[in-house]
This record gives sequence, C-alpha cells and structure tokens, in this order.
Amino acid sequence: MRSATAALHYVRRNISLAVGIVLLLALALFVGIGHLVVDTGKSRPLSAPAVRPPSAEHPFGTDRQGRDLLATMVAGTPLTLRIGFIAGFLGVGIGSLLGFVSAYYRGTVDTVIRGVVDIGLTVPGLLVLIIIAVSVKKGLTVDQMAIIVASLAWLNPARTIRAQVLSLRERGYVEVARLSGMSGPEIIVKELMPNLLPYLAATLVNAVSSAILASVGLEVLGLGPIDSPTLGMTLYWVNFNAALINGWWWWWSAPLAIILVVFLGLFFLTVGLDEIANPRLRRAV
Amino acid sequence: MRADYLARRVGVFVLIVWLAATLNFFLPRLSGQDPVRATLLQQASLGGHVQTGLEAMVKEYERRFGLDRPLWKQYVTYLRDVSRFDFNYSISSYPRTVNSIIAEAIPWTVGLLGITTVLSFTIGTLLGALLAWPGAPRWMRLLMPPLWALHAIPFFLLGLILMYLLAFRMQLLPMFGGYTAGAFPGLTLTFVGDVIAHSILPALSIVLVATGGWALGMRGMMVTTQGEDYVTFAEAKGLRRLTIFLRYCVRNAILPQTTALALALGNILSGAVLVEVIFGYPGVGTILFHAIRENDHFLIQGIVFTVIVALGVATLILDVLYPLLDPRISYRRT
Repeated sequence: MRSATAALHYVRRNISLAVGIVLLLALALFVGIGHLVVDTGKSRPLSAPAVRPPSAEHPFGTDRQGRDLLATMVAGTPLTLRIGFIAGFLGVGIGSLLGFVSAYYRGTVDTVIRGVVDIGLTVPGLLVLIIIAVSVKKGLTVDQMAIIVASLAWLNPARTIRAQVLSLRERGYVEVARLSGMSGPEIIVKELMPNLLPYLAATLVNAVSSAILASVGLEVLGLGPIDSPTLGMTLYWVNFNAALINGWWWWWSAPLAIILVVFLGLFFLTVGLDEIANPRLRRAV
Repeated sequence: MRADYLARRVGVFVLIVWLAATLNFFLPRLSGQDPVRATLLQQASLGGHVQTGLEAMVKEYERRFGLDRPLWKQYVTYLRDVSRFDFNYSISSYPRTVNSIIAEAIPWTVGLLGITTVLSFTIGTLLGALLAWPGAPRWMRLLMPPLWALHAIPFFLLGLILMYLLAFRMQLLPMFGGYTAGAFPGLTLTFVGDVIAHSILPALSIVLVATGGWALGMRGMMVTTQGEDYVTFAEAKGLRRLTIFLRYCVRNAILPQTTALALALGNILSGAVLVEVIFGYPGVGTILFHAIRENDHFLIQGIVFTVIVALGVATLILDVLYPLLDPRISYRRT
C-alpha cells in the first residue's frame, strides 16, 4: 500500500510517464470494453451498409466495403499492438543479447556486431522490409508480419544497449565481481542487467513504437495481412478509395486518432522511463 | 590518417552497395516463387484459357532471362548489370526500362527530401539551441510541448490531417500530385509556381515533424554542454554570454547532431515514401507504391537498390565532411 502511494507520488512528478500511461490505459479500456459490447464480426466486409457517416447504429460510420468502423477499430487495434509487441520483444531480446555480448567481451565479436549494426542502421529500414515482404508468399498472417518487422527491429536496441554497457563495464562493482571470480554470463545477468532495467524498459517501448510504425507503413503500402482489419490496412483502404477527396472523413479519422494515441502514449512513456533511467535529465524541462 | 579514414568510409559504402544487391538477388529466390510461370499463368487466366504449350513457354522464357543457368553465374551477371544500373524492363509498363522510370521520379524525391531535411535540420537545431539558452524569451518554452507531440507522429499521419484541413476544407492548396493534371511541364514561371504549390503540403508534413526531433536532440546536447567545465571556466573569465553560447556551447553541441543526421537519413526517407504515397507526389515513393500494386518485381528491386545507393552516397558525403567540423574524428581510431 505504501509503495503504491509512493509510486503515485512519483508519477505526479514525472508528468510524461503519467501522460503516457493514461493514454495507453484509455486505449486498453476502449479495446477491452469494445470487445464486450461490440460484435467484432462486423469488421468483416459486407456486414453493414457501405459508406455511412456516424449514426446511432454505427457510431464510427462504415466504410465502402461495408465494415462497421467501430468494430474494425476494436478488432484492429489489438492486432496492430500485437505486431508491435512481438516485434519489439524479439528486437529488444536479440538486440540486447548482442549488445551485452558485444560490449562486455569486446574484441572481434564486438567489431563484427558493431559493423553490422552500423551498416544496418544507415539503410532505410522500410525499403528492406518491403523487399522481404514482397518476396514472402502472399497472404501474410499478423504473426508473420510481426516476424518480418522484427528482422530489423534488433538493430537499434543492440546499438543503445551496447553503448550503455560500455560505460557500465568499467564501474567498480563490475570490476569487483570479475575479481571475485564471477563468470562473464553471470556478471551480465546479475550485475549489468539489473542496473540497466529502466533503460531496457525505455528501449523496449521505443522498439515497440518503431515496430508499429514500420508495420503501419508496410500496411499502408498494401503489403500487410490483407484480410486482417489492422489500423494500417484500414488506412490502406482509405487511400485506395480516396476517402479523403470524397469527403468520407469518418473513415480515416477513427484509425488516425487511434494511431495518434498509440504513438503519443508510447512516446511519453519512453520519455518518462528515460527520466527514471537517467535522473540527470530531471533538471531539464 | 586522413587517407585511412577516407578509405574506411568508402569501404563501408561499397559493402552497403554489395549487400543491397545481394539481398535483392537472393531474397526473392529464397521464397521459391517462379516469376515467369506466375506471370504466364496470370496472363493465361486473364485470357480465359491455358495454352497447351505453357511448359515449353516457361522453358523458353527461362532460357531467355538466363534463369536456367547455375545460380552463381546468374549472380555474377546480376552484379554486373546492377553496377551499371541496368535493372531490366518494367513488367507493368513494358517496354519502358526500370531505369527510365526511376530517373523520372528521382528529381522529385531528391528535391522534396533535400529541401525538407535542410530546412528542418537548420530550424530545429537553431530552435533547440535557443530553447536551452538562458537568455531566450520566456514564450519560447511554450513551444516545447507541441514540438514533443509533433515529433512522435509519423510524417504521413500529419500529412493526412494537413491535407484535410488546408486542401480539402479551406482549399488553400492543391491536394494531390506534383503539378496540375494537364499542365505542360517546362521551365515556365507558372509551372514552377504550380510545382511549388503542390509541394508545400508534403514538405510541411515532413518539416513540422522532423523539426521537433532536431530541436529536442539539440536542446539535450546543449544542456549537457552547458554543464561542462570549460563553459564554467569561460564564464569565470568573463566572456560575453553570446560568445559562450555560440563558440562554446553551440559549436560543440552541433557535432552529435550531425552524426545523428547521417543516421537519420534512412528513417527520414522511409517516412517520406509514405508521405509521397498519401499525396500522390510523383517521386520514388509513389512509383514504388504502384510497383507493389502491380507486382512489378524488377521495378521494386530497382527502386530499393537505387535508394540504398543514393543514401549511401549521402552518408558518405556527410562522413567525409564531418572531420571539417570535428578535427578529432579523423585521428581517432574507432
């Protein structure tokens, strides 16, 4: 109980963290309640009259293929988040493993890993993902999509974690652990990781956010799971049917608003976590 | 040491180009798709009947495209073609070559990206420096929250919003394309004006988002530099505040910004591709979008390769210019 109030007090000081959490909780509530109240089957084409503006029956309106947009949002938001989380976790998992190994052991391993990461980061990710997505057989599922996105999602975490470990490994307590006979993997898991936890969390949120960005990008280009109602696919149909020029504002404003909430929520969460990881930032703002 | 530094950077560039070409060659082959058979079958089904000689036709085409030769021979030929920027014919708009299609789109993208990147980097860096300057006016602090919020949004989402507000509702600017349909492209004043009017919205959606990022990065660096001992020392010497600000803080804080620019180019480009698609801007992004829609593999590969090489060149130029800004870099062994 006391730790809960302490946490609340802290969140009061760390406004970015609070804003991020509130935005994401609101989104979770929307999806959660939506799943109870709305029939997500209506997110399939031809389940509602086409192109109707918002009304009592269809609060978010319907699109040209006859999807109820409220149902589409309720069904699609978790799918998009799922892609982000799978790719983000895979990316941070692989990336931080490489980062830890590379920075702790140095030597040839480090040279190779750093070289690969540096080269990988200068290449425009979306284009490489496009080549991968085009080469894979048609009819992607949401999970396959996540794995495609994850194929590049480890680059950034590897880079940031490596930089952090490089400075940590020279600290006294790491030296003491080494002298007292701890093995490399043990030091990484028991000494380095706990100290980098807030940092790892911030990296994870960041990775999830970029993974969602990449997946939405691929979907807008028409390379996503065509028959899943993800947020990006909805935007693809918006673009495909020129909804904006035709004045069907409700069709694009719903996915747009949700994507905005996702990105803003994740962004403020990262800023908040950064503040925990690096208290020197506190005097800023 | 300079020659050594240069050689290493050029080496990395060559490696990037080779990797891009290799990915382009092997990835589609890994998937086990047979482009010739798929295309012929598609055409046959469009025509309503499958010809009896289909197998023979597949064989013949494979011979013509050299697909019956051993893989390494195909790979060598591919590398040779690619190094001459020969990407074969476009499938969707045969008999045009992939090359000519890309060449037409590149000036648009380079113009849009070049101008927006220079603008947002300059404005953002200046703004970020001012935000961290104690002498800056108070109201500047009010800029921070909107900059943060904008920075978190993908380019193309802001593009959609701007398009709806400024082009659809208020009808201040054209909505779509690179110039008015039917306008005769040429170096006339009306046409140039037309192009600029069409470019404002795509450019604005990139600049507004990117500026925030640069401003935040610069401000962070400024806060760190202001805490350095040499700044305290300069203050103790009684140097003018402006001198300290410009020569001691900005001069040092700008270095990581430039490094970040080299790293960010890829992300900016990925974002700009989507902006072009949303606005139907006739650049590389839009032709890529159409190529994906039409399943034009040669065109997709050509675009991806060209863009990676172009970005590699841009990064190389930045890398070569960087020692001019920071003399330490060419001597440090990294």
